[in-house]
Amino acid sequence: MVNGLPAVTALLPALLLAFTGLALLLVDTIRPDARSNTSMAVVGTLGSLAALAATVWLTASGGVSPDGGAVLLFADAIKVDTLALFFTAIFASVTALVLVAAHDYFHDHANPAAFYSLVTFAATGMALLAAANSLAVVFVALEMVSLPSYVLVAYLKQNRGSVEAGLKYFLVGALSSAIFLFGISLVYAATGSLILADIASASVEGVTGVLGVGVVMMIGGVAFKTASVPFHFWAPEAYEGAPAPVSAFLSSASKAAGFVVAFRVFTEAFPLELAVSANVDWMLAFAVLAAVTMTLGNFAAAVQEEVKRMLAYSSIGHAGYALIGVAALTVDGPANGTVMGAAMAHLLVYGFMNTGAFLFVAMAERWGVGRTFADYAGLWRRAPVASVAMAVFMFSLAGLPPFAGFFSKYFLFQAAIDNGFLWLAGLGAINSVVSLYYYSRVVKALFLDEPESPSALDAIDVRPTALYAAVVFAAVATVLLLPGFGPVIETAEAAASALF
Amino acid sequence: MILEALMAAAFVGALTVFLAPDEWAGRLAFAISLIPFVGSLYLWSGFEAGGNALLGGEIAYATQIEWLEVGGRSVSWFVGLDGISLPLFVLTTFLVPLAILSAWTPVDTRQSQFYGLMLFMEANLLGVFAALDFFLWFVFWEAVLVPMYFLIGIWGGPRRKYAAIKFFVYTNAASLLMFIGFMSLVFALGGSVSSFALPEIAQAIAAGGLGTWFGIPPDRIAMVAFLAMFLGFAVKVPIVPFHTWLPDAHVQAPTPASVLLAGVLLKMGTYALLRFNFTMLPEQASMLAIPIAAIAVISVIYGAMLALAQKDLKRIVAYSSVSSMGYVILGLVVFTEYGIGGATFQMVAHGLISGLMFMAVGVIYNATHTRMVGDMAGMADRMPVTVGILVAGAFGYMGLPLMAGFAGEFFIFVGSLSAPALPYAPVFTALAMFGIVIVAGYLLSAMQSTLFGPFELETDYDVGPAAFHDVAPLAVLLVAIIVLGVAPDIFFEMIRDAALPVVEGVTVDG
Repeated sequence: MVNGLPAVTALLPALLLAFTGLALLLVDTIRPDARSNTSMAVVGTLGSLAALAATVWLTASGGVSPDGGAVLLFADAIKVDTLALFFTAIFASVTALVLVAAHDYFHDHANPAAFYSLVTFAATGMALLAAANSLAVVFVALEMVSLPSYVLVAYLKQNRGSVEAGLKYFLVGALSSAIFLFGISLVYAATGSLILADIASASVEGVTGVLGVGVVMMIGGVAFKTASVPFHFWAPEAYEGAPAPVSAFLSSASKAAGFVVAFRVFTEAFPLELAVSANVDWMLAFAVLAAVTMTLGNFAAAVQEEVKRMLAYSSIGHAGYALIGVAALTVDGPANGTVMGAAMAHLLVYGFMNTGAFLFVAMAERWGVGRTFADYAGLWRRAPVASVAMAVFMFSLAGLPPFAGFFSKYFLFQAAIDNGFLWLAGLGAINSVVSLYYYSRVVKALFLDEPESPSALDAIDVRPTALYAAVVFAAVATVLLLPGFGPVIETAEAAASALF
Repeated sequence: MILEALMAAAFVGALTVFLAPDEWAGRLAFAISLIPFVGSLYLWSGFEAGGNALLGGEIAYATQIEWLEVGGRSVSWFVGLDGISLPLFVLTTFLVPLAILSAWTPVDTRQSQFYGLMLFMEANLLGVFAALDFFLWFVFWEAVLVPMYFLIGIWGGPRRKYAAIKFFVYTNAASLLMFIGFMSLVFALGGSVSSFALPEIAQAIAAGGLGTWFGIPPDRIAMVAFLAMFLGFAVKVPIVPFHTWLPDAHVQAPTPASVLLAGVLLKMGTYALLRFNFTMLPEQASMLAIPIAAIAVISVIYGAMLALAQKDLKRIVAYSSVSSMGYVILGLVVFTEYGIGGATFQMVAHGLISGLMFMAVGVIYNATHTRMVGDMAGMADRMPVTVGILVAGAFGYMGLPLMAGFAGEFFIFVGSLSAPALPYAPVFTALAMFGIVIVAGYLLSAMQSTLFGPFELETDYDVGPAAFHDVAPLAVLLVAIIVLGVAPDIFFEMIRDAALPVVEGVTVDG
């Protein structure tokens, strides 16, 4: 162990997030009159930044295990490896951005403390999910992410859209949780174990049809969390109705949390060669889902008139790209680790650019300009810095070169081609071209279109400093991840290769 | 590290100007843009490399630092210059300060953003000409589009939105096609390359490293890649029939952006054609020599005819660029030392001359607020110096000896008349030469009706001599055109040195 620390130190990021949430709740409960929006936001942000620092430290120092590998805790139920730390870094970064932005978004809300603690609790669940090595932990952590999320979507309880979105999200979520749990029970029935590695070794002795049904049901659970077809219906409603910082949080962090389940559980519990020999070809299932999801998301996004809804569908499209990470895998494929690592790197870059884009929408909601493309016309004149940042997000989401989204998308497609999935990469490239159309509409509205009336922009009379800071920081990260892409993709590739 | 320093100067300068107040953003941007110019003169004076950077020649001022490695292929920060890229590098640093000067009069809103974008574009243009790694090059290549989109879309003429979007969509679709073409080469090379460094890829292809990929034989991959890249670059150049974005973009763009668009951005296309298509896949280029030469000649003649039909001075100059770029393509496809060398020389010469023409038309427009041939007459009366330089520039365009345009076209024709790689070369050359007559026709008639005769203007603006900072860049450009025409060897020697290995490549294979 590095520095002689106990093995539980490996859970430091998750613990820091959990304690931050508890501290927020504690202060809010004990001294309700002393609570202030600013101090709560500062505590929450510092907590998530501390968690981020802890993940970076653990990754850089090679973890706390004697050989630099994974740390197994609590009777193998928790496994902290580079994969877990990488995803925790995504969750912590997005959480920090969202909490900073929420400070201005909820400036006149009666009870903002609950918001901050709910976000940190959901982030705790995500960090736990990333390290889950047992299906029981996977399910508990998944619920730990979901339950605060339902509340967060409906957080503006006077707002009809927010409440309706929350209810829809809850209903679809409950259904898919049930399906997922039933899938787990079938897997347990077939293999007699919940620990991922034991499931794999038990399957060697005799795979029955029950296991296959269980695996398919678990795919459904993943599809819900990542907002992929066929469980994507909740996403446009929830993202549109929810307060924009919550949409940012759900579409970036919560989506990545769904992917960590897919990446770890399927490769470890149902190894590729077993899946193929037992005709439980989950790679093929994911390949079909990836193709349908990216196409549906992109084409639906192209016909939207509201920016937030467009971003919601674009987020479905991006789930399709990331699914390539579990779809373009073959038994003994030369680029298995590369393709999954590239999907992880894409999720990290996406975490910044997509969060930034939703936070720009949050800023527009705070200003009170409308929701459609036309309402964004000429915003550049009043808010040049934020508009430039939004242009960066849009171009990066479309995968245009001077930004990090180009590299993450390119390496994902390249790895898929190296693994023999030319059709999937080609479909992804075509979808990227389609996406340029609707992303560039935002840029066109912001910079080139004239506002409908000279007074249309007078609503912008506030300067939400914290929101500005979060948006600008996300934009800077989106740009700097291009020159700094090397360490990201190399860490991700190493983490993913360890799974095969 | 000096290349990096010059790019960084332009980039940091762009950020500085963004934050500067509008009142002196123009002066600050001009002062900053002199740093890369002086630096590039220093590079030029110390330039000693020989050969072609892609084909194993010596690379001047090279830096190679690994950036990242994915799936067994590494991407690196790899920049350097050879005899082909150095003249274009110098051209860029020379034109940007002049373009910034030409913006002082017409640009009167949001100056700091305007000049910041100009410098940002310069940094990326320098990157395009210096980059020797595909990814690095592609990042710069695409990054050039973004500032140009905003320059046209925000400071442009009445139909700026349409022009900016058309420019963006056309060139982006072209980039994607080119990207796919190049990537299929990389994938077909498989394990025989371990990086995206252009020299490594070019040499691996020359050594026969292309393999079968997804069941497609190497020959077919090379041909598909050649076509995809050719179409991609053809939009950028532009070659008929992919030229329709150009007049819209030019007419709507503010003068300084037009200067850079015609002077440097179009050269990105021809430069890339030379670097990728003609250097990496010479065999495919000679197989397609006749159709490409035909397209080149059609561009020359058709572009000139279109210019003949225009009434807007800026449109005339814009269409004549299509015509001039046709000569460059002809020079490339004939695959002789003088053809390829002359094409590269013509890129520089046309950059200077078209820059001069756009700037001069811009100066007249600033005074008259019209560019229509029928709206004005006798401008020589009121703006003698500007008109004098414009006439001189037009003669340069027509290929008057001792001016840069003559040298470029002369080299191309010398190269193309005796081209072994192109059947019927003399026929193509003769047809292309006919284009010069049309150029002379439309330029002379346009000048006669607008510049000479008694003064007449259909608007009520007072027209007087232009300001010193408007005329000075014109004079500087004219001097440069004459210097390059009198002593072409200051560039042509190094160009020829770098072009020769490309030509030898085709004789070895064929």
